[in-house]
Amino acid sequence: MARATRVFLLLLLVLLSSPSPSFSLYEDQVGLMDWHQQYIGKVKHAVFHTQKAGRKRVVVSTEENVIASLDLRRGDIFWRHVLGPNDAVDEIDIALGKYVITLSSEGSILRAWNLPDGQMVWESFLQGPKPSKSLLSVPANMKIDKDNVIFVFGKGCLHAVSSIDGEVLWKKDFADESLEVQQIIHPLGSDMIYAVGFVGLSQLDAYQINVRNGEVLKHRSAAFPGGFCGEVSLVSSDTLVALDATRSSLISISILDGEISLQQTHISNLVGDSFGMAVMLPSKLSGMLMIKINNYMVFVRVADEGKLEVAEKINDAAAVSDALALSEGQQAFGLVEHGGNKIHLTVKLVNDWNGDLLKENIGMDHQRGCVHKIFINNYIRTDRSYGFRALIVMEDHSLLLLQQGEIVWSREDGLASIIDVTASELPVEKEGVSVAKVEHNLFEWLKGHMLKLKGTLMLASPEDIIAIQGMRLKSSEKSKMTRDHNGFRKLLIVLTRAGKLFALHTGDGRVVWSVLLHSLRNSEACAYPTGLNVYQWQVPHHHAMDENPSVLVVGRCGLGSDAPGVLSFVDTYTGKELDSLFLTHSIERIIPLSFTDSREQRLHLIIDTDHHAHLYPRTPEAIGIFQHELPNIYWYLVEADNGIIRGHALKSNCILQEGDEYCFDTRDLWSIVFPSESEKILATVTRKLNEVVHTQAKVITDQDVMYKYVSKNLLFVATVAPKATGEIGSVTPEESWLVVYLIDTVTGRILYRMTHHGTQGPVHAVFSENWVVYHYFNLRAHRYEMSVVEIYDQSRADNKDVWKLVLGKHNLTSPVSSYSRPEVITKSQFYFFTHSVKAMAVTSTAKGITSKQLLIGTIGDQVLALDKRYLDPRRTINPSQSEREEGIIPLTDSLPIIPQSYVTHTLKVEGLRGIVTAPAKLESTTLVFAYGVDLFFTRIAPSRTYDLLTDDFSYALLLITIVALVAAIFVTWILSERKELQEKWR
Amino acid sequence: MASTLRSSPIPLILFLQLCFSFLSTTLAISSGSSDGYTINGRVKIESTGVKGFGLPGKTSNVKVILNGGQWVTFLRPDGYFSFHNVSAGTHLIEVAAIGYFFSPVRVDVSARNPGKIQAALTENRKGLTELVLEPLREEQYYEIREPFSIMSLVKSPMGLMMGFMVIVMFLMPKLVENMGKVL
Repeated sequence: MARATRVFLLLLLVLLSSPSPSFSLYEDQVGLMDWHQQYIGKVKHAVFHTQKAGRKRVVVSTEENVIASLDLRRGDIFWRHVLGPNDAVDEIDIALGKYVITLSSEGSILRAWNLPDGQMVWESFLQGPKPSKSLLSVPANMKIDKDNVIFVFGKGCLHAVSSIDGEVLWKKDFADESLEVQQIIHPLGSDMIYAVGFVGLSQLDAYQINVRNGEVLKHRSAAFPGGFCGEVSLVSSDTLVALDATRSSLISISILDGEISLQQTHISNLVGDSFGMAVMLPSKLSGMLMIKINNYMVFVRVADEGKLEVAEKINDAAAVSDALALSEGQQAFGLVEHGGNKIHLTVKLVNDWNGDLLKENIGMDHQRGCVHKIFINNYIRTDRSYGFRALIVMEDHSLLLLQQGEIVWSREDGLASIIDVTASELPVEKEGVSVAKVEHNLFEWLKGHMLKLKGTLMLASPEDIIAIQGMRLKSSEKSKMTRDHNGFRKLLIVLTRAGKLFALHTGDGRVVWSVLLHSLRNSEACAYPTGLNVYQWQVPHHHAMDENPSVLVVGRCGLGSDAPGVLSFVDTYTGKELDSLFLTHSIERIIPLSFTDSREQRLHLIIDTDHHAHLYPRTPEAIGIFQHELPNIYWYLVEADNGIIRGHALKSNCILQEGDEYCFDTRDLWSIVFPSESEKILATVTRKLNEVVHTQAKVITDQDVMYKYVSKNLLFVATVAPKATGEIGSVTPEESWLVVYLIDTVTGRILYRMTHHGTQGPVHAVFSENWVVYHYFNLRAHRYEMSVVEIYDQSRADNKDVWKLVLGKHNLTSPVSSYSRPEVITKSQFYFFTHSVKAMAVTSTAKGITSKQLLIGTIGDQVLALDKRYLDPRRTINPSQSEREEGIIPLTDSLPIIPQSYVTHTLKVEGLRGIVTAPAKLESTTLVFAYGVDLFFTRIAPSRTYDLLTDDFSYALLLITIVALVAAIFVTWILSERKELQEKWR
Repeated sequence: MASTLRSSPIPLILFLQLCFSFLSTTLAISSGSSDGYTINGRVKIESTGVKGFGLPGKTSNVKVILNGGQWVTFLRPDGYFSFHNVSAGTHLIEVAAIGYFFSPVRVDVSARNPGKIQAALTENRKGLTELVLEPLREEQYYEIREPFSIMSLVKSPMGLMMGFMVIVMFLMPKLVENMGKVL
């Protein structure tokens, strides 16, 4: 009997212990826990391609340096490329009807992309002596030896580039003349072009250039003594209109056969009562130009001989498209105006203001804000009249296609520029589920599990497999609007650069609500608003359960750090902006405190640039709580430009602003000054405020214990040699180094300092529990490196003796104080890492028991999960038997990259900028959200889901087993009965 | 190999191009104007596609990255890429292609003798005579589901339960009987 049991137990052990990477996914599990959304960003330029039958598309370039080809019917992405961060797109166009031409990097890189599939066809690097304005011109019907020529002005030179292979045919250097070319004019049918531009501020030059060889045929210049302000618009093929230096008169310039003639018209004569400054709006309307003056948009028509007349004056909250050539030599343009919750789209003929081709009113969600841009395109209806479609870009960066008075599709491209993310809970489920629903669910549930069983037993037909897959993907459970038991369903509150707040459901990634924050819109009170951060303001869980949770959105009115701040409070269930405050002070740093008031509103301290502290919420209750804790509040400020870190404490109420009891003066406690000639602050990292540490003790081999030095007041600082702040390759290993520090922010004590010689930044670091992991570049090995530093508390190390514990002679209960000098020891180790890193984060779980994983956003826009066990300073080349049992991995010089541990599997999070983790209620699981131009969400279990049955657990198999067991019990019972009877008869 | 050549002419073309590039002594680095050098190179992905997981070697989704993101460029249809206006020094080139693992490459751009190439894979310190970047291996992002086997059923908790029951039911009486005989 005993032997049998032993054999059985052994068998069980062998079967259960099969090692495998901790994160891995089967191909058919894609989409079960993760979702991926692709965006492009705010559209800057759009070119339609609808001439030919077949796929109708629009090619766009965006502020996120994306070029993309979109399906005009549905708004889907055909293809997309994210250019480098320094490679902003200047202009795009289509050449030869099959290539998308992009000019980027301030007119120095010209690329052609194949229109159907987005393959790059050629790339040209255009060189020039000095930076200048850039200009791309793709004449539609200019042929030189069967080649279409593209003209590019950039870096002070005019280039003619072949559109077939990108070869530079000729180049004319205008740098010596210091000519800033404003327009390239190509008169129809001729083989010469005019390059017109300013020299200095008061001279206008026109060059007539032979298209074939770049030879200058004629050069004329005209001086205008008043001076130009630099704004110019091309009105027709031989007329330009410029604004003068005082912005009070327009100068129409006509170039006939290379001769320039100027004619000046005062704007006040045109508009009448105008004394404001005029701004010329960039437009490409033939025979017309637009100026903006005194909140009005004025359309000025250019009549014969350069005479100007006002065509229309409209309110300035409007957008105008470029002119679109219709067939009979006519040109049309689109105009969008706002009125109530509708927008009015009109398409007009350029030379006939009252001839509206189209007039539509379209209902528009006011959360999208104003129209920023419009691009129009025409098609021919079945009755041979013209129809128009309009692509509009809204204030929240979304992109919409309008056609026949309706919104055909819309894209929330604001989500491509996320600034900050926080996770918020969903409402608790209400009681009262009907019985019918349960019964229906039970049947469905059984059916589903029978199908799954078929799947596991390989009995399923292909249709069944599809049904199983569909069932798993759809599973209504995961997209419910209530809190779930495991805490997988949450809301991700996301702040975008447009000042719009979105709530995304973690189940399927849909937008639950979105709100364009009123306080972060450009207005009289707040010019150039910028969003900064989102904080959890109110998280009701103990008291105030009937209140909805809310978030605090912090922004700034203006670009500099001394600009006044804006606060906005948003209910996360409904998406309503509860309140907003325009602050009188600036925002340097925001410190969420660990105290909440009776309504569970978290106290926040805002430090302004004058180092005054302001307390929010502004309630007497908050001040009461705060006064009590006043002497225990410390903070620090990092002045990266000056190389100083200062520690501060609070003193008393402000002296200057008397009567403001929410304002506090501060005093300097300590400061660390880094020598400016040898160190420059590159990165500072602290622990996440809401991180939970399960235990301070770490049991190591031989039942030994080490105590982690767990402190909320540790700051990791990395400095670099000032020479080495540039890119890789700009310094030699000898003149570059990196110094890392661990600093206690209460006392300013440096607990750890380490110099890495021959290394440079960029430094990416994460700080969790008692360890820091940072990534940097090693110039000697010419590889990236990752280092780990662990810090242990030595003062508690002698508490290992059981007798001391029994007799009470231990110091475990003695208070921990930041003032006392800590006895710490640090351990560190470093490893090579293959890839460049864009972002780094660490998993976080509800109780902090589960082991940690690092989430590394690589240069290839993938997210790699790397076990913390690989970054353990106790790794050695030959770990002893006991160390092996503890799980110490033998030391290798580089960190392994296991393809199965990419949490993004085959997907890319294009333009990756950040990774955010949030704990689920289930201890084993972390929610991971990676954002960039794309969004990706998944949940991972760093130590596998030890507290949850997997999705493919077969309940049907369990049921069958139970039934079989019961049946077997009966059979054996009957058998034994029979046997007993036989025994008795015997 | 012969069969692949017959089935598709692309490898042959690639091979010819490779020969051509050998003949015409392509210099990976050519000096441009006064303000910088140009690095020319090539990414070669031979899509084996045997395993089914390796994505087709589509060059339109491959990015080549200089110095951790300073510049990003794309591949031409023939796999060539170039970086312009690069300063003298030691640089790092990385290739981002889903489904393949590329080693970063260190490239020395020397100011003294322009045109001299010094390139090495940083992963295995292998020197490159030419800037032709090939993936070190294909990457499979998914676990492969093992086909159904009786063993997997036996391994599952239910299977173990059944197995244990069978043992108790049929083997135990025998053991007990044997013990009885011994006694």
